[in-house]
Amino acid sequence: MLVIYLMKKTIRMATLLLAISFLSFLLVKNSPLDPVQAYIGADMANVSHEQREQIAKYWGLDEPVMLQYTRWAGSLLSGDMGTSMIYREPVAIFIAERFQNSIILMLTAWFLSGMIGFVLGSLAAMNKGAFTDHVIKWYCYTLASTPTFWMGLLVLMVFSVWLGWFPVGLGVPAGKLAEEITLGEQLQHLALPALTLSIVGVGNIALHTRQKLIDVLKSEYITFARARGESGFELFWKHGLRNILAPALMLQFASFSELFGGAVLAEQVFSYPGLGQATVEAGLKGDVPLLLGLVLFSTVFVFIGNLIGDILHHLVDPRMREEWRT
Amino acid sequence: MAILEVENLSVSFNQYKMFRSVKSKVISSLSIAVDEGEIVAVVGASGSGKSLLAQAILGILPPNATIDGIMLFRGETLTLARQKALRGREIAIIPQSVNSLDPLMRAGSHVRTSVTAGNASDLQKEVFKRYHLEEKVEKLYPFQLSGGMARRVLLASAMVSGAKVIIADEPTPGLDEQYVAEALQHLREFADNGCGVLLITHDIGAALKIADKIAVFYAGTTVEIASIENFRGDGEDLRHPFSKALWRALPENGFEPIPGSQPQPDKLPSGCLFAARCKKAAAACSAAFPEMRELRNGRVRCIHAT
Repeated sequence: MLVIYLMKKTIRMATLLLAISFLSFLLVKNSPLDPVQAYIGADMANVSHEQREQIAKYWGLDEPVMLQYTRWAGSLLSGDMGTSMIYREPVAIFIAERFQNSIILMLTAWFLSGMIGFVLGSLAAMNKGAFTDHVIKWYCYTLASTPTFWMGLLVLMVFSVWLGWFPVGLGVPAGKLAEEITLGEQLQHLALPALTLSIVGVGNIALHTRQKLIDVLKSEYITFARARGESGFELFWKHGLRNILAPALMLQFASFSELFGGAVLAEQVFSYPGLGQATVEAGLKGDVPLLLGLVLFSTVFVFIGNLIGDILHHLVDPRMREEWRT
Repeated sequence: MAILEVENLSVSFNQYKMFRSVKSKVISSLSIAVDEGEIVAVVGASGSGKSLLAQAILGILPPNATIDGIMLFRGETLTLARQKALRGREIAIIPQSVNSLDPLMRAGSHVRTSVTAGNASDLQKEVFKRYHLEEKVEKLYPFQLSGGMARRVLLASAMVSGAKVIIADEPTPGLDEQYVAEALQHLREFADNGCGVLLITHDIGAALKIADKIAVFYAGTTVEIASIENFRGDGEDLRHPFSKALWRALPENGFEPIPGSQPQPDKLPSGCLFAARCKKAAAACSAAFPEMRELRNGRVRCIHAT
């Protein structure tokens, strides 16, 4: 039943968040990150040991870990994610702002790599063993073993440095007032990181689609369809596509985690002000509230991706729909 | 006139075992003919290459298979292009497995895509009635069908295709007795309209009920082609030692088992394929692969048969 399904998923999400928040809190607590130092920053030499202890006491850092956790989790539940120490802004607002930048980047890459990957994978499988298949496979293996940051540098070198078509980095032109920035300029800054993420994502999707379609083509129903005179595109359209669509959708939405991981690297290379770059900054500069906030946010983001994939799978596949009914 | 003819058909597969290519011959020098208005049953144990015969005729063998021999449809050689043009239109198949239904295609749609001429929707409704499939079955997916219903959908698909030859590969397992009788009856009626049926089965009983001739299969070849009247008594009218042994192995005819087992396709003997299990086997039997020869209005592949 749909209601039970949704309830189950909600409970799973809640337990997941609880576990993740607790684990990451413990990890941060036991890491060499010092929130006091992060707060003070470069003025460290001017602050005495006693003053630092006072700050720690003021923040409750001398209390037992469990008490600190429950206090943090409690305010989290009431919607207060704390204040970022490096950006001096409430974490929730900061994440929301950065997410707007990232989501455009990620969605573009996600859509492009999904579509191109699916088409390439299908083409390869339908022509298995032929020249087309070899070329696509070779291309995908190369892509799948290409690190994102390296691809980013390559793209940067070709399109910004040599050709000069796109800016070298940042989300908007430097030295311009916020009101003067046009949509075109924003898109121009978005293009290269999105291109990098798309290119890198294609390999995996294409290889998965190819394998799945090859399995489908080996099945008895395809043999029977061939026996009835179907072949080529008709065969793919009537039987192949239907049977790989559900797993492809699942895979596509499950790739949210890789997308986020890829964005961290791509945004870093292009100095693009998104969530990925913020994560790197928060980690390097010891911004604990922001780091924890980002961990939780990315958990929700990936979980929702999987959930959408799962729901779509149920909608597309009649065997899964039946599960909801009974 | 023969509507479908197969002469000296051999099918082998190249497989890789431990890094070397092994050729396994699954069908050797097979000959069979189906006349207009005739049902020819192909009977043999499982693993004797019966289903591959169907795939060979339709030209849908896996790519690592090599074919040798001649196949004719209405006197015309079946080339790959010809097979492609004919399958589903002139030659239809009733597949062995109910997994042959696309898991994401509704039963009605399955039958409608098999229609090659006429109003698909009307024909589908008509054939559903004929096979006692309720109207709501149209909308069901294969996983919602019982084994018997799926089987009847497969039968119905072949019947609406308008083909002149039906290759029925074990069409009846999982069906109730009444439906089996009906399904066989439908095949008989189909043949009586001037078409041909190649009925592949391991059930001699079913074959005897409707077929005109029976081709006995052993290790990928026909050892005997006999009219059904020959299958009686103690098998004294049968020509080949294997046919006789197969007949006597039936529960109602003595239940006498044949010792030994069929040779593996990659380890076929060079002479008679049945020699190792044959009581009459002599040195001459292992010397050369026996040719199919005419004998008492039938055909046999044995040098001793009388």
